[in-house]
Amino acid sequence: MSGTVFDLAVVGAGPAGLSAAVVAAETGLRVALIDAGTQTGGQYWRHPDEHHLDAFAQPEHTGHHHWGHYRDLRDRLRRQVAAGRVDHRAGRQVWRTDGPGDAAAFLLRTTAVAGRDAVSPDERAIRARRVVLAPGAYDRQLPLPGWTLPGVMAAGGVQAMLKANQVRAGRRAVVAGTGPFLLSVAAGLARAGVEVVAVCEANALSRWAATPVRALQEPGKLLEGAGYAATFLRERIPLRTRSVVTRISGDGRVSHVTIGRVDAAGRVRLGSERTVEADLVALGWGFTPQLELVVGIGARTRVDVDGSLVAVVDDDQRTSVPGVYAAGEATGIGGAVQSCAEGELAALAAAIDAGFGVPSARARGLRRRIARGRRFAVGMHRASPIPAAWSTWLEDDTLVCRCEEVPVSAVRRTVGDLAADDARDVRVTARPGMGMCQGRVCGFALSCLVSEQTGRPAGSADLEPLVRRPVGTPIRVADIAALAPAAAPVAPADPDDPVAPAGVAPADLAALGKESS
Amino acid sequence: MSGDAAGGMFAFDGTPVPFQPGQSVGAALAASGVTAWRTTRGAGEPRGLFCGIGVCYDCLLTVDGLRSQRACVTPAGAGQDVRSDDPGAPLASPTTTDGGERR
Repeated sequence: MSGTVFDLAVVGAGPAGLSAAVVAAETGLRVALIDAGTQTGGQYWRHPDEHHLDAFAQPEHTGHHHWGHYRDLRDRLRRQVAAGRVDHRAGRQVWRTDGPGDAAAFLLRTTAVAGRDAVSPDERAIRARRVVLAPGAYDRQLPLPGWTLPGVMAAGGVQAMLKANQVRAGRRAVVAGTGPFLLSVAAGLARAGVEVVAVCEANALSRWAATPVRALQEPGKLLEGAGYAATFLRERIPLRTRSVVTRISGDGRVSHVTIGRVDAAGRVRLGSERTVEADLVALGWGFTPQLELVVGIGARTRVDVDGSLVAVVDDDQRTSVPGVYAAGEATGIGGAVQSCAEGELAALAAAIDAGFGVPSARARGLRRRIARGRRFAVGMHRASPIPAAWSTWLEDDTLVCRCEEVPVSAVRRTVGDLAADDARDVRVTARPGMGMCQGRVCGFALSCLVSEQTGRPAGSADLEPLVRRPVGTPIRVADIAALAPAAAPVAPADPDDPVAPAGVAPADLAALGKESS
Repeated sequence: MSGDAAGGMFAFDGTPVPFQPGQSVGAALAASGVTAWRTTRGAGEPRGLFCGIGVCYDCLLTVDGLRSQRACVTPAGAGQDVRSDDPGAPLASPTTTDGGERR
């Protein structure tokens, strides 16, 4: 297997990646599907262990939308795996992708998500002529006083606990942030028997009124919204708009949550704050696309309507790097339906580029659907922006970076006194974003805080350095030690060659040492 | 919805914790009411699950002597020896106990 060069490697088995892998294989390509999860579905279709469904109280589709579509994709994937056209590498994360160079194939290096990596380095490296990157996204976070207390979780994490584990992360919950996803999480918690004390939506729902045409173009979304409304009424969940959590407190874990009303800019209205008892807080401010592999492979990026760094793609999901396609949230947060269409189109484009015949009507239909979905997504982002004045909720000692425990005062001092003038400067000086998560959680907030103080909006040139990592996910030293056999060089290395025989540029290793020290 | 004996048990700092097959270590701990199993290097603050999907690295713990495992993406297994983690402990130590310096 180690000598195999796949026609296509798909990274991620969520809606976009799963669609891409299935469609590519059905078109005739030999596909490697690499995914961190032990089973397909990504974060959106996370579900209980398929081998032990009887051990769970609720059926696997509990709390899911478009489950029929997922089941269809899963069945089709199983057929392709059985036919030997898809090699599904589950429980593995790609930590680096190297361009084809002279080898005419990309090299994707993977590591085990959990436990020791028992697979040989050669077996776990994947070679492919083309790559679809469908890495998905995770909850976008803003720091606030007390957000590091146990019992405070990302909204998506709370939902993952419900969907994949059928576990309630608490008994009394506050759900807060912005965007329609909060409704989904609150409804799921209520259905699982959690008392949802409040759902705090920072924006006014009237913002959606500005985009009625966009909403009407996506009747599925309207239906979904109506479903949540019904659940909220039935479960008596209080939805508080223009409301935010201003402080979370407790001794060793969450016990109290302070909620305040805000004006249109996000400033807390004087005297509006009140405190409720809760043991779970679910926070979500939209999503952050996972861009390490996109940036790592050298593909062009841009800043999307919601302020996220996303991959630039053409009308067929091609990135600026020949042979590399991006699909799903990495091209702009748009939801699962959009992701499926993008994944399919990326697969068709890869098939066309590889010389396989594809009916052109199918691609045209997908392009139209994607354009419509994109218009809806833009409306959604405009209806659920990050409040401009969110940083007024912070206190000097509020931690911006959870890993390195860097307070907001240190970030502001670095910009003010030390004249750091972009997020990267602040990062290397005050160390926010230098811990284990490497800025995945605090990167967005950090760039906002720096922009606020410098008065210069963050562009892709500011955001890219926050996700540019020679090693895309934390790995064990053994994985680096195992690099040499993976590349299997045939010619002896020229001492002046900047690229070592192992395929790692010395500069990369130096940068690695700097960033993780 | 909490775990029962159908899946099995692992040991968390010596205490048995039940889990369903396929559940993550973090989910099983949460189902048992455990919310924190790590202390931070700087302030010694307790931490547990945050992102819940393998991104934030807040939920690290030691599984069968292997340090820095993410509780949220590590499948629970019968008979596992799971220990709370202290990332500041010397690397030479194969397993660590709780830092014990909670404020």
